[in-house]
Amino acid sequence: MKKVYFAIVIILSGFLFLLSCEKLEPKAPLDEDILDGPVEGLSTEQNQMFLRGDIAFNDDVFTKETGLGPLFVSTSCGSCHAGDGKGHPFTTLTRFGQIDENGNTFLHLGAPQLQNRAISGFEPEQIPAGATFSKFTPPANTGLGFIDAVSDADIMAMADPNDADGDGISGVPNWIGLKGFITPRNGSITNNGKHIGRFGKKAGAYDLLQQTAAAYNQDMGITSTFEPFDTHSGQEIDPEVSNQTVHDVVFYLRTLKAPVQRNVNDADVLRGKELFIQSNCGKCHTPELKTGVSPIAALSNKAFSPYTDMLMHDMGKGLDDGYTEGTAKTNEWRTPALWGLGLSKNSQGGGYFLLHDGRARSIEEAILLHGGEAQNSRERYNVLSQQEKQKLIKFLESL
Amino acid sequence: MQKILFILLCLLTAKTTIAQIDSTLFRRKPLDSTGMLLNMDAVYNRPFLSVGKLPVALGGYVEANYQHLGTDGISEGHQFQMRRFTLFVASGISRRIKFLSEIEFEDGTKEINIEFAALDIEFHPLFNLRGGVIMNPIGAFNQNHDGPKWEFVDRPASATQMLPATWSNVGFGIYGKQFQKDWVLAYEAYLTNGFNDKIIDNSEGRTFLPAAKEDRERFEESFNGVPLVTAKGAIRHKRIAEVGLSYMGGVYNKFQDDGLELDKRRRVDVFAVDVNSTLPRLRTFINAEWAWVYVDVPGTYTQQYASRQRGGFADIVQPLYTGNIFGFNKSVINAAFRFEYVDYNVGRFNETGDNISDHYYAIVPAISWRPSPQTVLRLNYRYSWRSDLLGNPLSKTAGIQVGFSSYF
Repeated sequence: MKKVYFAIVIILSGFLFLLSCEKLEPKAPLDEDILDGPVEGLSTEQNQMFLRGDIAFNDDVFTKETGLGPLFVSTSCGSCHAGDGKGHPFTTLTRFGQIDENGNTFLHLGAPQLQNRAISGFEPEQIPAGATFSKFTPPANTGLGFIDAVSDADIMAMADPNDADGDGISGVPNWIGLKGFITPRNGSITNNGKHIGRFGKKAGAYDLLQQTAAAYNQDMGITSTFEPFDTHSGQEIDPEVSNQTVHDVVFYLRTLKAPVQRNVNDADVLRGKELFIQSNCGKCHTPELKTGVSPIAALSNKAFSPYTDMLMHDMGKGLDDGYTEGTAKTNEWRTPALWGLGLSKNSQGGGYFLLHDGRARSIEEAILLHGGEAQNSRERYNVLSQQEKQKLIKFLESL
Repeated sequence: MQKILFILLCLLTAKTTIAQIDSTLFRRKPLDSTGMLLNMDAVYNRPFLSVGKLPVALGGYVEANYQHLGTDGISEGHQFQMRRFTLFVASGISRRIKFLSEIEFEDGTKEINIEFAALDIEFHPLFNLRGGVIMNPIGAFNQNHDGPKWEFVDRPASATQMLPATWSNVGFGIYGKQFQKDWVLAYEAYLTNGFNDKIIDNSEGRTFLPAAKEDRERFEESFNGVPLVTAKGAIRHKRIAEVGLSYMGGVYNKFQDDGLELDKRRRVDVFAVDVNSTLPRLRTFINAEWAWVYVDVPGTYTQQYASRQRGGFADIVQPLYTGNIFGFNKSVINAAFRFEYVDYNVGRFNETGDNISDHYYAIVPAISWRPSPQTVLRLNYRYSWRSDLLGNPLSKTAGIQVGFSSYF
C-alpha cells in the first residue's frame, strides 16, 4: 500500500513540476528594452500578416538555391538589422557614383550599390575608378510605420530652405522620382514631378515598399516583380521572392512598434532633455511628430517621438563623402531618428557605430562630428559643463 | 472474385505469420561486459533478438519525450515528440562475415534514413574489411549515439549542430583491434562519398556540416568525385579510460563539372578527440568529446560562414541508487550533468577586427531511472545561451524535458 501512495505522490509531484514549467524558463525582457514587437491595436488578421513578415525578415536566409546573389551584401534581412536595431560595419553597405542632382553616372558599372560579396565562382564588384562613394550603416527598423504615415504637408511645414527664421538651420526635402510600382500617398506634394523621399540616409526612398524591394535586390541579389533585374547580369529574370512575401515584410516594417523611452522621470534625463532643446538639437531632431490617416488603424492620428524632421541638412565638410541621391547635395543628410539610440549597442555587438557610416564610436563622438547647420549646436554642447554633457547623453541613451 | 481471393490470401498469410511468432523462440543476445569494448564496437554491442537458429538478429530502439522550453519569455508550450524509432537487422552470414543495417525514423516519419548498412569481413582481428553505408567515425558520438545509452533527451549541440550526427556515407574501409593484457588498441580508416557545398550555403546562415545530409544523392554518387577520408585511432585500458583521436577530411565543393573548371578545390577538415572513463570506486562515468572544424570558405564570400568552428561536450553520470524499484530488481537511479559549448565561428571581423561571436553553451542537470540496462527514463532541465554573430545580448532558452528511450 505504501508503494501505491509513493507512486501517487511521485505522479502528483510530476504534474505540479510540469505545471510550474514556465517559472523555470527565462523571463521576457521588458518591452522598453527591446526594439522588436508590433504596435498596439493590430487586428488578429494583421497579427498574422505581421508574423509572416517577421519570419520572412528575421528567419529566411537566402542560398544559391533560393536566389542569393550571385553578388550580394548579406544573406538575409535579419543579418543587417539584428533585433530590428542598427547594423554593424560587417553589413555596412557602400553606394557610389552620384555627385549631384543630375543622377548617377555609374549605373552601367553597377551603381548605385556595391555588392561586395559573391557566391563561389563569382567575383564581387569593385568601386570603379573615378567614382565617389559613401558607406551606410544599416538603420534601425522600429517605428518606420509612424514615419511613413506623416503627411507631406507636415514635412513641408518643418522645411526652411532659405533659413527664414535665421537660426542657421534650413532643412529641405529630398525630391526623388518615383518607381513605376509606387503609388503616391494621399495628399502627396510634388515638385517638378518629383516626390518627397523619407527613408534611407539620403531619404532616397519614397516608401517602405521601394525600400524593401530595393533591399532584396541590391543587398541580397534577390529579384522580385518590383525589381526584376539581376544586379550581376543586368538581365530581367524570374522573381526570386514572391509579391506576398514582399508585402508581408513591408507590413512587418510598417507595424513594428515605436521604441519606448526608458527612465522618463529620471531627474538627469529630464535635465538632459532641457539641455538638448536649449542647444537647438531639437530644431532638426524634432521631438514630436504626428501621423495622418493611415490604412492601418493602429497608426492613424498618433503622436510619436522620433526626434527627426525627416529633412535634409548640410552637415559640413567632415561628413561630406562626395556621394548623394535624388536632389540632395553631397554634404546633406536626412536627420536620423534618435529614438532607440540607447538600445543601439544591443544590436551593434555591444558598442556604438553611429552616424551614417558608423564612424562615431560614442554618442559624444557623434555630436562632435556634427558640422554645417549643426555646428552651432555642437558648440553649445562643447561649452556645457562635464556634468551637463553627461545628463544630455543620459537623455539620449534613454531614447 | 479476384479481390475476394486476394483478401483471403492476405488473411491466410497474416494468420500464418502470426502463428510463426512465438516469443519463447526469441533469444536475447548477451551484451559484451568484458570492459574492453570501444566506441567503435557500439554498432554491434546492442541487444539483438534472434529467432531459433536463424542467422538473423533483430533489434532497435525508440525515443520519445515531452518538453516545455521557452526562449526569452516566449514558449512553444507543451510539446510531445517522437524523436526516433530505429530498427537494426544483423546477420551472421558465416563465422567471419556479418552484415548489419540500421534504419532510423526521426521525428515521426519526417526523416527516414539508412544510417548503416555494411558488410564486415574479418581476415584477421587486426584487418577487417567493411563496405556499404558506413557511419563515418568522427568523434565518439557519431559511433555511439543510441538513445538508451544516454541520460539526456537532447543530443549534444556540438554533435548535431557542428558535427553531423549520424553522418553516414557509402564507402569502404578497414578496421582492426589488438588486445594486450588490459589494453586494447584499435583503428578504423574509410574512404566514402563526402560533403557538398551546402555546408557553406544553407538556410541556417552559418557553416553547418549537417546540411550535407540534405543531399540524398550522396548514397548514389559523390558530389565532386573526391573521396572523404575518415580515420580514427583509439586506445583503452580496462580500468582507466578510452581515448580516441579521429580525423575526417576532403573536398566539399564542385570544382569541376562536365570537364569545365568551376572553382578551386575547397577542403573541409575535422579533428576530434574523445575520452570516456568510469571512476572505479564511485562508478562515476565521464564522457567527453571536443572537435575542430576547418573549412576553406571563399575569401569573397560572407564571414557569416565560418572557416573555423570548435566545440564539444562533457557528461558526468553518477549512479545514486541501485536496487529494487517497483519490482525492477536492477534499477539504477543516476544523477547526471552535461556541459556543452560550440563556437560556430572562430575568427575576427575583417571590418573591425573584433571577435566574431556566434557561440552556444548549455548546462543540463538530469535525473535518470534505468529500470533495466536497456531502458532509461530521464528528466532534464536544460538551460542554454546563444549569441548572434555580432555578440549582442545572449538569447536564453530553458525548460524541462521528460522522456524515455529503450532498446527493444
